[in-house]
Formats: sequence, structure tokens, C-alpha cells
Amino acid sequence: MATNIVRNENSNRPATAPISLRLRHCGRTFPGTRGSHAPHVALQPLDLDVEPGETLVLLGPSGCGKTTTLRIISGLEQPDIGGQVWFGEEDVTQLPIEKRDVGMVFQNYALFPNMNVEANIAYGLRIRGLSPDDIRRRVGEMVDMVHLNGLERRPVHELSGGQKQRVALARALAVRPRVLLFDEPLAALDAKLRDRLRVDIGQLLRSLGITSVYVTHDQAEAMALGDRIAVMENGRIAQLGTPREIYHHPGSAFVADFIGSVNRLEIKGAEEGQLMVAGGRLSVARYHGASVLYCRPEDIEVCPVTQAAITGRVLQTFFLGQSQRLFVDTGAETPLQVESPSREQWLPGQTIGLSIAEEALFSIADAQ
Amino acid sequence: MSPDRRESRRQPRSGAVFEGRSVPKGRRRLRGWSWMLAPALGFFLAFWLLPFVRLIVMGAGPDNNTGIAGYWMVLTHEQYLSSLMSTLLLSIAVSVSAVLIAGFCGYFLARHQFPGKSWLLSMLTFPLAFPGVVVGFLVIMLGGRQGALAQLSLWATGERWTFAYSLTGLFVGYLYFSIPRVIMTVMAACEKMDTSLEEAARSLGANTRQVVVDVIIPAIRPALISTGAICFATSMGAFGTVFTLGTRINVVPIAIYGEFTNYANFAMAAALSVILGLVTWISLFFARRLSGEYVGGGA
Repeated sequence: MATNIVRNENSNRPATAPISLRLRHCGRTFPGTRGSHAPHVALQPLDLDVEPGETLVLLGPSGCGKTTTLRIISGLEQPDIGGQVWFGEEDVTQLPIEKRDVGMVFQNYALFPNMNVEANIAYGLRIRGLSPDDIRRRVGEMVDMVHLNGLERRPVHELSGGQKQRVALARALAVRPRVLLFDEPLAALDAKLRDRLRVDIGQLLRSLGITSVYVTHDQAEAMALGDRIAVMENGRIAQLGTPREIYHHPGSAFVADFIGSVNRLEIKGAEEGQLMVAGGRLSVARYHGASVLYCRPEDIEVCPVTQAAITGRVLQTFFLGQSQRLFVDTGAETPLQVESPSREQWLPGQTIGLSIAEEALFSIADAQ
Repeated sequence: MSPDRRESRRQPRSGAVFEGRSVPKGRRRLRGWSWMLAPALGFFLAFWLLPFVRLIVMGAGPDNNTGIAGYWMVLTHEQYLSSLMSTLLLSIAVSVSAVLIAGFCGYFLARHQFPGKSWLLSMLTFPLAFPGVVVGFLVIMLGGRQGALAQLSLWATGERWTFAYSLTGLFVGYLYFSIPRVIMTVMAACEKMDTSLEEAARSLGANTRQVVVDVIIPAIRPALISTGAICFATSMGAFGTVFTLGTRINVVPIAIYGEFTNYANFAMAAALSVILGLVTWISLFFARRLSGEYVGGGA
């Protein structure tokens, strides 16, 4: 059961109004190592705007440049010459991380092992020279906010993974940072705990209204937490948009494939206003002239063969609990993936009919 | 069937297994393999325990000149006491200086990549290859009567400045062979350390000094303590270097050598040996206790 992490929204608001975050022409090239002398371009020069109070998720596979982007924002990496990082109206490009006023939450928690929970949360406040009374009060607020009451004196190595990440979050928020940065904070947790903490972090970010950048390779996490998502590929942003835009109108085959599953329907020709595809024909008014169309597995419906647009033979079924995934051979190169209600039973070898609503189909500009 | 009933049916059987097998099994296993310890035990008895017991007993014997028991002489006679104190202070100074100098050096080397790093590392660790006698010789080359410093001061001031034949020379020599050990240990500890700890501290506003004090030193504390203790133990017992620099330097190993070889004063030699061994053992024991404090504490 997900607990409500936020008790008092107003008391936890940042002291200052949220700021915008802008990257201008920020690229990063690493010099060649002994093994390969060619310089490695980790990040192509990019522009990125994060609105005040917005949560932007950087999503992509390993090596896509998302962590490099986060490290440039934090000040742990310098962009290549010409790159600029702006926090509101301030150019912070030359400022080291300790002067940027950012909060960071790491994948491996990065809690100080020689300090207990309280001392970890208080660390940034102590560095800032707050009075002991102020520190005690602020630590108390943070402990309340992330539900760690009673664990204040506990050494951090005695905490569970979820508790450790709550301490890390409280420690980052205690200093009321201008920008909050997350580097795959849930990747080290097991599935159940990850879901729970994801809900908690989502509620917290929305109630605090703090400008945040969140790096993950988990698309479900990205869609749940991001006001907008930047999908990254090979050191550049492949698409930037709201979770809905990215999911329903992916800008490239890579994005479509990376966010959820997608079916690729090759158009063999048009006849009487219908598009011929493997296993049948689609009655669509749009997309004439397109060579490939796409649709999501959950947008394909199983129907009686007589009313079907496409027919195919069930190859395999995977029971997922809330639904089931069918792999249907329609004669195309790859089988169609169909999401069907979990109570219906389909047997491998069975011939079934499929229908796809026109609005569920989409084409992609760069599709080959 | 209810879980309780299932449990109650299973219990007697598992109890029987526990009583009938597992405890004696452990004992049998130990007895079965114990003969393998025999050579090590034999070696331990013949070459360590028996001579050491003999040494302890001998140390209680009378001093050749005064007839007072060896241990009492060491703790009351000024010559022996000053020898013990100067060895102790020298070893503490060497360990602290080595940890300070090589600690920073090891951290820097672990965290930075630069051309020629492996060459520099092999040069820095070169002294490990030298026996104490050669280290003593090197100190003389630097601070002896014909040493570099003497030549320089003769040219500059007309006087020969020397430090090789004193505790200062010994300090330099011991520091010379302690630094590589500390560098190696600190480098290994720093390489194992999680860099995100430093990054987290910096993100919270900590400057370099605060990161060093609050994060790096606590994280590599066990390595610093253990390597410091090994430097201390090595300096306490080192003989080759001080013997090369001259037998006038009053440290315990030279005192033992003198009592044993020059005066055949076995009781005093034995008493000094036992006390030297005891001090070193205690320092290593506490180092192990202290450095183990954070073991398993990584978050």
C-alpha cells in the first residue's frame, strides 16, 4: 500500500519560487583512452528547457547520454566549450556543484556510512552554518515528510533499501535546493518497493513544485513521474514531449519501440480505399501512401473471424495477470502482439480475427 | 490441515535430526581434519613458542652488572628507558608523518589519471625493494659527511651539514620505506571507495576540506589506521638502517644487539626483546580493533 508521503504541503514548499533550467548547446566529448584514441562523444550539443516547478524525465538506454546531461546540470561535468547552463537568470556554467544549490539523489543512495539518519539529513544544513535549533527543526520536518519517524538515531547500514533512499531524498530536500536531480534512484530496489516509492516521489514532487530532472531507463517510471519526457538516443534527444504525446505519437521508430511495445504493419498496397497488410486489409481513410503503419498491442481487439479486418493464428500466449499478451502469426515477418483481457482463453494454433480502430494507427516520419 | 498441526507433526522429526546428527557431525569433521594442522603446530611450537617462552623466562633473570631482574631494569634504568622512549617517539613520528604525506599522495594518485602515472607509481614504491641496509646507505648519501647536503652546505657556507647519524637520519630513512606502504594501502582503499559519497557531499555544499574531513577520511579510516600501525611496528623493530647509520643512535633494536653481542648480557637482551615485542603487538591489536569498527558499515 502506498503511503502518502506528504503531510503538510505548505510547510515543505521551497523557500524561494521555483526557477527554470536551461541548457544551451551543451555537449560532452571525452578524450580517447589508451585503448582507443578516438574521442568519445557522450552527448551531442543540445538545448533543453525545464519550466519552473516542472519534472523532466531523461529516459533512454545505457550510454544514451542521460546521466551525462544530469551531471552537466549538477556541475559534476563541464559541457564542451560553448555550452551554457542557466538556473533561472543566472549562468551557472562555471560554478562547481557545491555552489549550484542542487539536491542530488543517487542510485546507490550515497549515504555517509559514518553518520546516522539524522546526521545524514542534517549534513547540508550543518555545511550551510544553520543554528542547531534550525537544523533540528528542519531535520524533524524532513523526517516527518519521508516517514522515518523513530529511525533518526539508526546507523544507515541498518536501514532497508527503501528507507535508505528516503533518507537520501530527505537529505537532498533539507537544503531547499533550486533544482532537484535524480540519478536512477529506484533502480536498486525490488519491484514492489520501487512501485511504492515511485508513487511517493511523484506526490512529493507535485506538492513541492520544485524544478526536477529525473534520469531513468524505466519507461513506466518516466511516464508516472514526468511532466515531460526527453527520450534520448546516442547522445541526443530523440523526442521531447508529455508522456501522452510520446506514447501515442512517437516521433521515431526508436521512441515507439523504447516506450512500450509496438506493432509494425507493412502496407503492401491499396485497394478500394483499403490498405492491404499481411493477414487482411485495413479500412482507413488516412495514411494512403504510407509504407508502414504502427499500432500498440492494447489497441488491437480480438473479434469473430467473420467481422475481422485481419486474421491470424495464435502462436503463443503470455498470461500477465491483469491481461494476456498474444503473439499472432498473420504471415508477416514478425508476429503481431495483441493485448487481450486475461479472462478470455486462446489456444496456440487457434485462428482468430483482429480489428484495429483507425485512430489507433499511427505513422512515423523516419520509418524505413 | 491447519498450519499448527502440520508444524506439530514435523517437529519431533526435525528435533531428532538435530540431536542425532548435526552437533557430533561438526566435531567429527574437526577431528577428521585436525592432523592437517600438525606441521603448522609443530613449527609454531619449535620455532616460535618454545624460544619465546625461554626468552620471557630469561628476561626475568638478573642483569650482569647490577643483578636486578631484566624487566625491572628496563623500566627503571634511565639508559634503557630513554632508548625505549626514543624508539616509541620515533616510530609514532614516522607513522603519523608517513600517513599524512602518503595519505594525500595516495588519494591523489587513486583519483587522477595522467601520462606517466604508472612510471611515477613504480618510482614511489621502489623503496619497498630495498633492504634496511641500503636505505641506511641512501640516507648517508643524502645527509652524511660526504652526502649531497654536506657538499651543498660546504659550497654555500663553508661548513658540512649532516643529519644522517642521528635520530633525524633514522626518521628520514624510516619515512623513506614507510611512505610506499601507505601509498599502496591508501590507493587501494580510495579505489574501492564509492565516488558518489564525495559527489553527494559536494552537492550539499561541502568544499574540498569538508569533503576530506567528513567523507574521505572516515571512509578510508580503517586503511589509515592499519597502515599506520604497520609503519609503527616496522619502525619499532627495524635494525638494518640504524645499524648502517651507526650504533650510537640509542634505539631498542641497537640496545638489544649491544647487550647480546658486546656484553653477553642475555637477561637484558631478552627483557628488551620481550618489551619491544609486547609494545608492537599491543599497537597492532588496537589498530585491528579500531580499523574494524566500520567494517560492514557501508551504506
